[in-house]
Amino acid sequence: MTLPEPFRLLAYLAGVMAFVGVNAAYLVWVERKGAARFQRRPGPTEVGPAGLLQPLADAAKLLSKQLLVPPDADRALFRIAPVLVMAPALMCLATIPFGKTLGARSLDLGLVMVFAFGSINVMAIMLGGWASRNKYAIISAARIVSQNVAYEIPMLLVVITLVMVTGTTNLQEIVEAQAGGFWKWNVFNLAANPLMPVTFVIFFICMLAETNRAPFDMAEAESELVAGAFTEYAGMGFGVFFMAEYANILVGCSLGAILFLGGWQSPFGIFSGVGWFLLKLYALVFTVVWVRWTFPRTQFYGLLNLSWKILIPVSLGTLVLTCVMLKIF
Amino acid sequence: MKRVIFEIVGGFKSLLTGMWITLQQFFKKDVTVRYPHESLKMTKRFRGHVVLVRDPETGKSLCVACKSCEKACPSDCIVVEGIKREGEKKKSVTEFELDFTRCSLCGSCVEVCPSDALEFSKDYNLASTSKDAFVKIDLVRDMEKSKAQGAALTEVEPGRPLGETHSSTAGGTPAATDRVPGPGKPVGEEGKV
Repeated sequence: MTLPEPFRLLAYLAGVMAFVGVNAAYLVWVERKGAARFQRRPGPTEVGPAGLLQPLADAAKLLSKQLLVPPDADRALFRIAPVLVMAPALMCLATIPFGKTLGARSLDLGLVMVFAFGSINVMAIMLGGWASRNKYAIISAARIVSQNVAYEIPMLLVVITLVMVTGTTNLQEIVEAQAGGFWKWNVFNLAANPLMPVTFVIFFICMLAETNRAPFDMAEAESELVAGAFTEYAGMGFGVFFMAEYANILVGCSLGAILFLGGWQSPFGIFSGVGWFLLKLYALVFTVVWVRWTFPRTQFYGLLNLSWKILIPVSLGTLVLTCVMLKIF
Repeated sequence: MKRVIFEIVGGFKSLLTGMWITLQQFFKKDVTVRYPHESLKMTKRFRGHVVLVRDPETGKSLCVACKSCEKACPSDCIVVEGIKREGEKKKSVTEFELDFTRCSLCGSCVEVCPSDALEFSKDYNLASTSKDAFVKIDLVRDMEKSKAQGAALTEVEPGRPLGETHSSTAGGTPAATDRVPGPGKPVGEEGKV
């Protein structure tokens, strides 16, 4: 089914925004319920059945709060930052193929675009921290930048490895290349690179660091930095940052599912479809939550050491290995 | 080089071990008591304020108004009055006031009682907006009330997952109307969890 062009565009715009909105709201619920399960408590239970209306109650609370701008803050940047955090996540989802025919745009440089817009996220949080004119916020902004610079490198090295294996940066084509059962997925593509599972782990770790998730949530280390770059944000300004964090997790996990786990391809080679993509996506999201409630926050030098001393050398190694394997076979 | 590789592999393994442990917890039962909806059933030895024991046969208090407890009380916080009714051998209690603000829960009154008419309440949901609620706790009235609601309060609700140490009936004895048991209503009175 194809709609005529302007309607198709609108339909996808609405679809992507609804998908991000619903997911960002309900991933908060998932996170809280998940945290509760891992700690063996019930989590939100009071608002609606099993606390399912909790996100709505939170949203109503945040929306009804006063929007405060600190007197010394840079007004324009301070207001723009939340929008700039949210927008790239929405843009990235435009290239994500949800199914064989379900995807807003199938760009040849889709993968590059996702990473290009993904980097804006960092800049936006930095802007927010900088514009707040708050010591904690600026420290947090500095941390975010150095953290993201450090983790962008192994992430891109891993992605280059994948692009070399698949020979395309079009996400839809990457998924199609993995058709025919889970042994064809890139994680298990040991013929191209025997260390493929390792690259997947590196990708996942980098994804956690890029989205500022625990155990790499140095940006909002409550015990040291109050709320980090979001310290001065009240009401929905904070809410948008919060939603953007989950939207970025969504993008990161979709990318993980597409690059390594075969996107919408079924693990048995038959009945491929959107369901499989969502299943993989939410399995990865669950893992993100699981990791957060398992590991304590790292120290900052530990975080940078992990990247520069372990992840970058290892990902470079896998890159070289892939080159060699591709040349020989 | 070898050491570094061992460190990476060993570190990764320990991360997986940690995740395995949390995953096991994920599928276990909650350890939380959903407090306003459920509350803990106190153990036998729990000492709340004293309450009058009801004779299971007559439904009246076992107290013979001998005032031993009044005398035994080191804080002087008990006042007992009784009358001798027609056709009854023993005196029966008409007034039993406890000043819980002074009571130190020493249990001398329970120990000294010749007719075993006193016991410790299992109610720990004692809260009130005014001190008056505890200065004069009318134990006779409380006992009468507990008779009226007795069935509902002694019943332990089925389907409670936490085993025998917990009960879903909030509080033990019914509190006076001006005392609020806990932040919410006790579930025993609403009859649902």
